[in-house]
Amino acid sequence: MYVAVKGGERAIENAHRLLAHERRGDKDVPEVTLPQISEQMALAVDRVMSEGSLYDRELAALAIKQARGDMIEAIFLVRAFRATLPRFGATEPVDTGRMAVQRRISATFKDIPGGQILGPTFDYTHRLLDPQLAEGFVPEEPKNAVAAAAVSDGAMPRVTDILRQDGLIESSPQAEADQVVGDLTREPLSFPADRDLRLQNLARADEGFLLALGYSTQRGYGRNHPFVGEIRFGEVEVEFFAEDTGFAVPLGSIELTECQMVNQFKGSATEAPCFTRGYGLAFGQSERKSMSMALVDRALRARELCEEVRAPAQDEEFVMSHSDNVQATGFVEHLKLPHYVDFQSELGLLRKLRKEFAQAAGEVELREAAE
Amino acid sequence: MSVQDHMQRDETRDIARRKAAMAVLAHAAAAEIRACLEGVALPAYEKLREAESGLVMVRGRVGGDGAPFNLGEATVSRAAVRLATGEVGFGYALGRDSEKALMIALCDALVQSSELAEVVEDRVIAPLRAALTADRQQQAARTAATKVDFYTMVRGEG
Amino acid sequence: MTTIAELPAGFADKVLSAQTTFRSVMEAMARPGSVQRVIASVGTPPHLMRGTAAIALTLFDHDTPVWLDPLLAETTEVKKWLKFHSGAPVVTDSSIASFALVSEGDMLPELDRFAFGSSEYPDRSTTVILQVDSLARGAQYELSGPGIDGHAILQASFKPNDLFERLAINAALFPRGIDVVLVADDAIVAIPRTTRCVGYGG
Repeated sequence: MYVAVKGGERAIENAHRLLAHERRGDKDVPEVTLPQISEQMALAVDRVMSEGSLYDRELAALAIKQARGDMIEAIFLVRAFRATLPRFGATEPVDTGRMAVQRRISATFKDIPGGQILGPTFDYTHRLLDPQLAEGFVPEEPKNAVAAAAVSDGAMPRVTDILRQDGLIESSPQAEADQVVGDLTREPLSFPADRDLRLQNLARADEGFLLALGYSTQRGYGRNHPFVGEIRFGEVEVEFFAEDTGFAVPLGSIELTECQMVNQFKGSATEAPCFTRGYGLAFGQSERKSMSMALVDRALRARELCEEVRAPAQDEEFVMSHSDNVQATGFVEHLKLPHYVDFQSELGLLRKLRKEFAQAAGEVELREAAE
Repeated sequence: MSVQDHMQRDETRDIARRKAAMAVLAHAAAAEIRACLEGVALPAYEKLREAESGLVMVRGRVGGDGAPFNLGEATVSRAAVRLATGEVGFGYALGRDSEKALMIALCDALVQSSELAEVVEDRVIAPLRAALTADRQQQAARTAATKVDFYTMVRGEG
Repeated sequence: MTTIAELPAGFADKVLSAQTTFRSVMEAMARPGSVQRVIASVGTPPHLMRGTAAIALTLFDHDTPVWLDPLLAETTEVKKWLKFHSGAPVVTDSSIASFALVSEGDMLPELDRFAFGSSEYPDRSTTVILQVDSLARGAQYELSGPGIDGHAILQASFKPNDLFERLAINAALFPRGIDVVLVADDAIVAIPRTTRCVGYGG
């Protein structure tokens, strides 16, 4: 039960002033700008866009600045801002097959059409802190090489298609005619949830939560033998069917990271065994997120693939109810609201119990003394 | 081909031309579009839809090629104009830049006008397309340099 | 055929007009029976009054299915105008409609053809926007219920004559039910599901 309390207005006003002051920090230090955040902390912006569920770099950068770098606070700000804009509709589904690839790797095959393209990655750095980056470091110009048609045209074949040619991997589920795409921002979630809703939930989910769950599957809590079939990152064109124009208008491009996991094979009495799949897709260069999403996506398919649901990552209700960090922090941080009356009644009950305990102890003592 | 077939083919071609122009404009920065438009004598026009910002829900596909799912929203600006000569143009672009959407709507209308289509193609679309292509080629060249050139080590050699 | 270029306009000033109209509807719902005015400047397609058009542009959007009465459903200009300015999907199944636009009382179907909402989500009902002859002259209706201090008198002239009899089902359905907004040109009166008509005078 919440108590409505009054009298904090002046204190709150002063607290906000102090917050703004602390946020600015030492005035001799130059103010951080939104382009600086968007350019030089790009991956932070990517995360806020992903979990805030809103692709807009400038807004995400502003949120990070306003939240003083507290990512979940920034995500909260972005989610709230989303609610102020009208929705025009849904885009045509993006075609990651036509991505202008900047990075594309596979752990299942060494030689793939289009090749292994490392792109800008931390993967091979030695993880040594570099004091040179502290100030005034000017990076060297990147090297150029002749681009194969695949990279510049954006038509890079999928690794999963290679496996599918020989029937070795399951196909992606196709939509029924007139099937409505689930939207958890419009209808409250109910379980069991279909794959489209699960993926939407995972796409906005907290990266840390998904990472831990994904890790847990690898440690045996719902193991599904994952291999990275392919990870690709780059720009993808977005189109929107506008009623006004009567055709799909191009809106521009967004950066996406896609992960295809190749998992534990599965067969049945009527079908030969083949590899199963997990899928991850995230805004920006969010590799860890897309990989974790793919691992958990596969784990959540336990019911569909007739696997025993034993581990947390396979438990749909557990995963999907706790994955949204804005929802989670809402409930956790609400504990800071006054619960004074509640607590008074707890105190009262505790005192009564302690009195009864003391009396009972006293009676035992008297009895023992009498004996 | 019947008259209808011809008309349909023309319409398809017109739409393709508009889409191509829109794609170039959507990828360009507002400042670049503005600079190009300075060289074009704009006819009188009225705003059918005042530029506004909103959201579109971006959709992905399960497995990359399967059933659609809702990935997350993106900000979008849109506008609609009508030239004094009657052509109606629509402007849509990611982001919250109302002026950019308006300029795209203007260009879309101009692309449809028989008198000004060539001018807007020469002064606006073509230069922006060239800049976009150059950017993409630069990106592709840098990416290609990070492509792994595997060579096998033969055991027992040397 | 009406092209987009020839459609009646929407709100002259989108933000302020939507805000003032929302305020008017909110006040009408909060004080049932009171007459509120829609002051926004708005274009009107055929058969729609100014108040109705303003309410449509304020409350309808991509997520609110709208049911149109037979006359409106046949008027392409109305459908195009709604689509262009509000993006609302027009549906033929009244039972899934968030809003129903009724241009004339005679065309109001039986209320059970609309959505009453569910016990968990009573707000998922159809709000009926009903155009009427007058909200200033006519028979007197005595109203009571939440938002009304004692009783309120609504003087109005509208069809169907038995509107309040039809709305009596709301008492048994609560919290589910039907809310109605009456529109006469730029005047609006709301009859939410909690309002009862307790008296009538010719």
